[in-house]
Amino acid sequence: MISLSPTDLALAALLVLLDAGVSIALRLKLHRQLLWAAARMVVQLIAVGFILRFIFALNNPLATLAIVLVMGAIAAREIAARPVRKFKGLAGLSISGATVALATIVTAGLALTTAIRPHPWYDPRYAVSLTGIILGSVLNSGSLTLDGIVGGVWRERSAIEAQLGLGVEFRIATRPLLREAIRRGLLPIINQMSAAGLITLPGIMTGQIIAGMDPVEAVKYQILLMFLLAGASGVAALSVAELSLRHLTDPRQRLRLDRLT
Amino acid sequence: MVADLDPNEGQVSLDGVSRASLPAHLWRRRVPYVAAESGWWAQTVHEHFAPADLERARALSARLGVEAAPFDGPVDRLSTGERQRLALVRAFLLESPALLLDEPTGPLDPVSVDKVEAVLRERLAAGTVIVMVTHDPAQGLRLGATRLRMVDRKLVAEAEA
Repeated sequence: MISLSPTDLALAALLVLLDAGVSIALRLKLHRQLLWAAARMVVQLIAVGFILRFIFALNNPLATLAIVLVMGAIAAREIAARPVRKFKGLAGLSISGATVALATIVTAGLALTTAIRPHPWYDPRYAVSLTGIILGSVLNSGSLTLDGIVGGVWRERSAIEAQLGLGVEFRIATRPLLREAIRRGLLPIINQMSAAGLITLPGIMTGQIIAGMDPVEAVKYQILLMFLLAGASGVAALSVAELSLRHLTDPRQRLRLDRLT
Repeated sequence: MVADLDPNEGQVSLDGVSRASLPAHLWRRRVPYVAAESGWWAQTVHEHFAPADLERARALSARLGVEAAPFDGPVDRLSTGERQRLALVRAFLLESPALLLDEPTGPLDPVSVDKVEAVLRERLAAGTVIVMVTHDPAQGLRLGATRLRMVDRKLVAEAEA
C-alpha cells in the first residue's frame, strides 16, 4: 500500500478550490456550499477513520449496532433536509427514518445472512462497511424521490386540485408524479450499474484492488454490492414516495400543502 | 367547504346525502368545483377527457365558442379564455346535481360570457344547483340567483348591502 501524506491531500484539495472559482466566476452561488461540503467531508472522514479503528478493536455487537444506528439517523436527516419545501414538524424525519430502516434492514439483512456470512455475524468490519454503502444508495434515491414528490406536488398543485375538484381520486391524480419521482430515485443506481467497469471502476472494487485483492474476486464483491444497492434504492424510492404522498393527503383526499413549510 | 378541498368542520348534505357518508371523490363528483385558475394535467386538451366523453366534450366546447383546432391542440396553445371555458366543460360533463364555480366568466369576453350563461341557465332550469362567485354584480341578476355580497369578510344578502 502506498500511504498518503497530508501534502498529497492538500495538493488534491486545490481542485476543490478550482470548482469554487468556477462557481464565483459563473455566479452559480455554489461556492459556499461546495467549500462547506468539502470541509465537512474531511472532518467527517477523519473522525470516522478513528471511530472505526476503535469499533473494530472492540468487536462488540452493541457497539456495532450503535454506530449503524447513528449512521442511519444521519442518513434519515439528510433525506428529510433535501427538498426546498419540507414537511412541518417531525413528519419528514419519520418518513425518511422509516425508509432508511426498511431499506437497510432488508438488504443488509439479506447480505449478512446469505452471501456474506462473517463470523461472528456482527463483525463490524463487514456490518459497518456494508450498511455504510447501502445507506449511501438509500440517501441518494430517497432524497431524489422525496424531492421529486414534494417539488412535483407543489408545482402541479393546480392540476391536482383541478382533478380533485372534479371527483378524481387523490391516488389517480398524483400517479404520474409518483411514477416520475420513483423513476428519478432509481436513475442513479441504473447509471451506476450500466457504467460499472466501462466508464467507472466502482470505489469498493478499486479499493480492494489497490489493497492487493485479485481483480476477479474484487469484481464478485462489486457485483453483489450492486445488486444490494439496486434493491436498497428501489425499496427506498418506493417507501419515500408512498409515505410522503400519504402524508400530503388526508382521509377526505384533500391536497394538504399546508403540511409543508 | 362544500367542495371539501380545504380542511373544515361542519356538515353538508345534498339531496339528503351527507358529505361524510360518501368517499371524498364520490362526493366531489356530485359537487364539482371549478377554480378561478384552471389546472391541466396532460399535454393535449383531449387527454383531459375520458374517451367516452369526447363527443359530448367537443359539442359542448363548440357551443361555448372553443373550436375544433384548439380542442385538438396542446394545452399551452390555449388562450386564458379558452382554458376557462374548457375547464367548465370538464365540470359540465359530470352532469352533477350541483356545480361550484369560482369566477366562471372572469377572463371571458362579453360574447363568451353570454354563451356560458346560456349553458348555466339551461342547467338551472334542469334543476342543477349552482353556487358561484363573481365580480360582476349584474351576472347574478341575469341568472336570477339569490345574491350574497361579501362585505368585510362576511356574506350579507344583497338587499342589506
